[in-house]
Amino acid sequence: MAAVRTGGEIALNRIAIVAVLVVMIVFLAPIYWIASTAFKPRALATTVPPTVLFQPELTPFVKLFTKRVQQTKPVDPATYAAAPWWEKAVYDGGERILKVGDSPQLSPYPDRFVNSLIIAISSTLLAVSMGTLTAYGFSRFKVKGEADLLFFILSTRMLPPVVVAIPMYLMYRAVGLNDTHIGLIILYTAFNLSFSVWLMKGFMDEIPKEYEEAALVDGYTRMQAFFKIVLPEAATGIAATAVFCFITAWNEYAFALIMTNRRAQTAPPFIPSQVGSGLTDWTVIAAGTVLFLLPVAIFTFLLRNHLLRGMSFGAIRK
Amino acid sequence: MAHIQLKNISKIFGNHTALTGLDLDIADGEFFVLLGETGAGKTTTLRLIAGLEKPSGGQVFIDGVDVAAWGAAERDVALVLQQYSLYPRYTVRENLEFPLKPKIRRLPDAEIKDRVDRAARTLRIEHLLDRKTDRLSGGEMQRVSIGRAIVRKPRVFLMDEPLSALDAKLREALRTELKNLQMQLGATFLFVTHDQIEAMSMGDKVGVLNHGRIIQTGTPHEIYNNPRDTYVASFVGSPPMNLIDGKLVNGRAVMAPLNFELPFSAGAKTFAGAGTSAATEGRPLVFGIRPEDVYLESGAPVEARVHDVENHGVEKILTLRVGDTMLRATVPARTDVAIEQPVRFAWNPDKVVLFDKGSGVSLRHAS
Repeated sequence: MAAVRTGGEIALNRIAIVAVLVVMIVFLAPIYWIASTAFKPRALATTVPPTVLFQPELTPFVKLFTKRVQQTKPVDPATYAAAPWWEKAVYDGGERILKVGDSPQLSPYPDRFVNSLIIAISSTLLAVSMGTLTAYGFSRFKVKGEADLLFFILSTRMLPPVVVAIPMYLMYRAVGLNDTHIGLIILYTAFNLSFSVWLMKGFMDEIPKEYEEAALVDGYTRMQAFFKIVLPEAATGIAATAVFCFITAWNEYAFALIMTNRRAQTAPPFIPSQVGSGLTDWTVIAAGTVLFLLPVAIFTFLLRNHLLRGMSFGAIRK
Repeated sequence: MAHIQLKNISKIFGNHTALTGLDLDIADGEFFVLLGETGAGKTTTLRLIAGLEKPSGGQVFIDGVDVAAWGAAERDVALVLQQYSLYPRYTVRENLEFPLKPKIRRLPDAEIKDRVDRAARTLRIEHLLDRKTDRLSGGEMQRVSIGRAIVRKPRVFLMDEPLSALDAKLREALRTELKNLQMQLGATFLFVTHDQIEAMSMGDKVGVLNHGRIIQTGTPHEIYNNPRDTYVASFVGSPPMNLIDGKLVNGRAVMAPLNFELPFSAGAKTFAGAGTSAATEGRPLVFGIRPEDVYLESGAPVEARVHDVENHGVEKILTLRVGDTMLRATVPARTDVAIEQPVRFAWNPDKVVLFDKGSGVSLRHAS
């Protein structure tokens, strides 16, 4: 790269930087808003105009994880003095943490969060592994009616999934799959599978079949060649597909709302359910949302190197 | 080491016929070159032997055993391809070790190390052993690729245009190396190429393949001097053999449509198996003559104009024009000619090959 730049190029470069900053602000503003709300005192959460400067506190997170009731009379000063800081914070808000014996009762949030993790991770693993194998089959072997089959797989995506929610609900109830982890895992795997097959087919087609053929000639079985040669080559594609599937499963709201209510409920329908419990505490909802954002952010961050190449769908491969 | 035989092989892909009635016999320890244009079926033939494709008809024998039921892994052949033959994530050493580690014939570690080191020494790639394959030059990659083949001591080496992606200098160097390697190993090689120079310079035997059929099999010398038909004549040799329509009239070659005449020696050699000159007299023929057998001489029978001059250093390749007919002649570099200059030429009548105009088959082969 030449180090010498003309004035025009510098100006263009500056304009580009400004444009990127503007776009970034637009995208990040809601995230900043939700994140800042998660640390606000409850009284400041809904002020107009919004409060920008405030003393951040962890009270919303304490409330998120505990079961509370509204205090009817002022707290006994001795109890208040003996309480740890996080309990005092709840007392300050006019509420009391429910306890079993001496330990505080946990809210359903951690359970819902774990449900989300179990369901999203399992369905991602299933969708990606099945999708990878299917794509490999389509890519490497002559499959009768290949084009029709691939179209059929894609066609499952051509309808907004919510359209089939009611029949699905009835079927699930009939076979006892509603409000079960396995039920949602099956559902999300089915959602993601078509996507996973198509995306992985693209990546598989890009891996020269000569690699496996060399392995076959060298004395390896098709399966060994697949695991030793094809899979490492497909890692980038697998990572990209996994991120997409994980995000879809993690964020899914409608089916989770309809199919689950307690045991297998995921975080997305749970967080807003807080809205309806009489007093809307926006800070608690914001705290739940911020924690909810983390797994996707971490997952995407861990796979970022693969994504950079994966998202371009192989365009940069030499 | 092995003897390879293909018997009446055909291969059909959908509605495309890749190979028809293909017979091939590759002797043990032979360097056999399969020569043909792109799409002639060379690679398909190779893949059939390797077991990567199944023939639609016919049989493949390795050392006299029909291997139809054998998968690629069991055939114990080695394959060297034009590209993509190295595993991109592995180092050179790992690539060389890979063929020695499958479950069905896993070698002890000491043996693996020994074989890898020996192959690396043979191919002079010892200094590259710990390098990742994406940090190799094209020539180094092909060396490693050949290394991957020789570590296994396979029954036969199959090479699919291994040199085609390399630049000219390197190609020449590796050509010699590969030929030496083959002699040193005493191995059976099947080498596929579209490059007739490679075929001529490396092969003990050459098979010319066109549209899925073997046209001619023979030593490079036979293929060059005694082509079976006009296809082989025009495909092999650079520049190719001149092919001129004409007929024999009273023992002289009369070229249509210009009626220029050249002497023709009706020697027994030329007509071996082709019957008497009576059979060929007056019949439409194609006269084939190699450019090096066309010479310029002031008293020669035919006048032509110099259409083009290509200087190749040691020699010049002239394109001569007689009416509409173009003729190539290889002349010594010192020959002083200019474009459009009138010259007189003749040919060496002993070297003329006659082909039947209709079938294109050489009269020497049409017995």
